Amino acid sequence: MAIKARHKRFILIAIGLALLGLAAMLILNAFQSNMVFFYTPTQVHKGEVPHGTGFRIGGLVVEDSLKRQDDGLTVHFSITDTAKIVPVVYKGVLPDLFKEGKGVVAQGKVGPDGIFVASEVLAKHDENYMPPEAAEALKRAQEQGKTVVMP
Amino acid sequence: MSINWFKYSSPQTFYPLAGKMIPWFAGLATILAIAGLYISFAVAPTDFQQGEAYRIIFVHVPAAWMSMVIYIVMAGWAGLGLALNARLSAMMAQALAPTGAIFTLLALVTGSLWGKPMWGAWWVWDARLTSELILLFLYLGFIALQSSIDDPRRADRAGALLALVGVVNVPIIYFSVKWWNTLHQGSSINMGAAPKMAATMLMGMLLMALAFWMYTVAVALMRVRCIMLERERSADWVKALSTTAGGKS
Repeated sequence: MAIKARHKRFILIAIGLALLGLAAMLILNAFQSNMVFFYTPTQVHKGEVPHGTGFRIGGLVVEDSLKRQDDGLTVHFSITDTAKIVPVVYKGVLPDLFKEGKGVVAQGKVGPDGIFVASEVLAKHDENYMPPEAAEALKRAQEQGKTVVMP
Repeated sequence: MSINWFKYSSPQTFYPLAGKMIPWFAGLATILAIAGLYISFAVAPTDFQQGEAYRIIFVHVPAAWMSMVIYIVMAGWAGLGLALNARLSAMMAQALAPTGAIFTLLALVTGSLWGKPMWGAWWVWDARLTSELILLFLYLGFIALQSSIDDPRRADRAGALLALVGVVNVPIIYFSVKWWNTLHQGSSINMGAAPKMAATMLMGMLLMALAFWMYTVAVALMRVRCIMLERERSADWVKALSTTAGGKS
């Protein structure tokens, strides 16, 4: 009998955990739209973003889109998810990793002229880590249209 | 030939065994940490984007891994204790909790120190950071709940329940960067794919992870020995210890 009671407890714990996992899955699914940290430019164009309040927009900084105004603080750039582009204006200091062609997340509101007025700009780093020489080699290979194996 | 798995499941037999294992794990932890730190700070190359600041990953990533692994092991011991009514399992869970909490805090703090120069913010409420913070609260909650109940049997059961419920959070932490848009970058190391990181960097990180692992085992064994003595202080084997060896063994 002792062994049976022990098995019963194991089964009860397993069932409990399974139910808990299911509940967590359903809850997370229900809150899916609230769990995202930022919206993509495509979502902005489709109008799938909160209206009236601020939100975050994330993507890559479009190459050659970074322009500084004469006051030296206000910057204009565009964010893209390679499908759509959203122009952004921001007044403040940009983080170290902010670069054209790299990931960025900006918080703010869409102005009446369709330009996103950012109050905060964060750099989104990618998961690639390599020495500068390797990055250089990778870039050269890409320019020549070849593919190399990552170090 | 069959091994008697339950031989070491009683505190009386496990106490001296744990005492013998501690120096080995502590020694391994020291050697691995020295090798890991040497590779991390002297051998591994500078990163092409982040410069030297990326070196925080050699502490941050292993600490974050351990925070999740320790929680799963802790919940496993707690669940085993709940199902089998085994004293030692519950003690193991109790011994692991503080180390897990420390690694979680370490991951949060190092991440924050890295986030300010790289992202431009100390803290953001994205899914990865928030779920890791919840993990810290789960550890602290487990420790607080266990120490707030005087009867050790009831404390073990209440703690086990909390630990098991909290397990749901671990896959959320791990997959958060895949399931949702987060500011935190995705994993550089994935099963079934080449790591997105230079080999020496990876080497340093894995050595540090192993060092943390060995450290965890050593510290958990030390702590579980204290817990065993405390809980079994009226048992004959503890009394025998204090008369023969002056409390040392």
